[in-house]
Amino acid sequence: MTDEITKVSIVVSKGSLDGVYPGLIMGNGALMEGIDAMLFFTFFGLDAIVDKRMDKLSVATVGNSAMRMPGGMKMPTLLGMIPGMSAFATHMMKKEMEALDIPPVREFIEMISDAGGKIYACKAAMDMFHLTKDDLCPQVDEVLTVGEFYEKSAGAQIIFT
Amino acid sequence: MATVELLGKTIQLDEDGHLANPEEWNEEIAKEIAKQEGIEELTEKHWAVINFLRKEFKENGQVPSIRKLTKQSGVNTKELYQLFPKGPAKKAAKIAGLPKPKGCV
Repeated sequence: MTDEITKVSIVVSKGSLDGVYPGLIMGNGALMEGIDAMLFFTFFGLDAIVDKRMDKLSVATVGNSAMRMPGGMKMPTLLGMIPGMSAFATHMMKKEMEALDIPPVREFIEMISDAGGKIYACKAAMDMFHLTKDDLCPQVDEVLTVGEFYEKSAGAQIIFT
Repeated sequence: MATVELLGKTIQLDEDGHLANPEEWNEEIAKEIAKQEGIEELTEKHWAVINFLRKEFKENGQVPSIRKLTKQSGVNTKELYQLFPKGPAKKAAKIAGLPKPKGCV
């Protein structure tokens, strides 16, 4: 097959737990299939590779119209504001993921890096949030400008999450 | 159903090209499949992975996730990708005579 995917370049732009996981799962899944993968963390997505924040990502309950309560009943979006709601939703999601053998963010990043995946941070977002490379977890390969991101993405399918 | 000639035996394959009947598997067949997958020699570490997969499959009826594999087989993620380059989960399962892993991680 000539149209087989051989490389993916995944942009992670959101910093909520539910915003970060799709990119991690797709990146790791690519590596498992023998597809090269790189992940580029930008804007709030950076939190997933900031050493002090990556273990504390949470589920966004405010403004999430797809949110459901345990049992499957739809949750009125206003309830998302109640203190503790996000913590509860985060706890539930982490529990469900552990049951599926999906690792926590830090372990997932380590797994992807060990599997040969590349982890990059966005320079513009780093500057905006006043972060330096020292703030990032050790698996980060490099801080890239947008131009460098495109260079590294040569030959890849770019996926924005 | 597709079949393949391995060591003078006709062996049935599933739609993914993995052994259709895991019971037909033996170590010699594993070596043959490994060669077809570009792995010339199965080392002790390869066997640790293969045996772990077979044990898990026997006990739970499914191929374990890479995470479980790397946590419990004594072979870490880096080694796993070196042992079975380009798609370790599928490749290791194929050599172990098991179906393609169904999980996403």
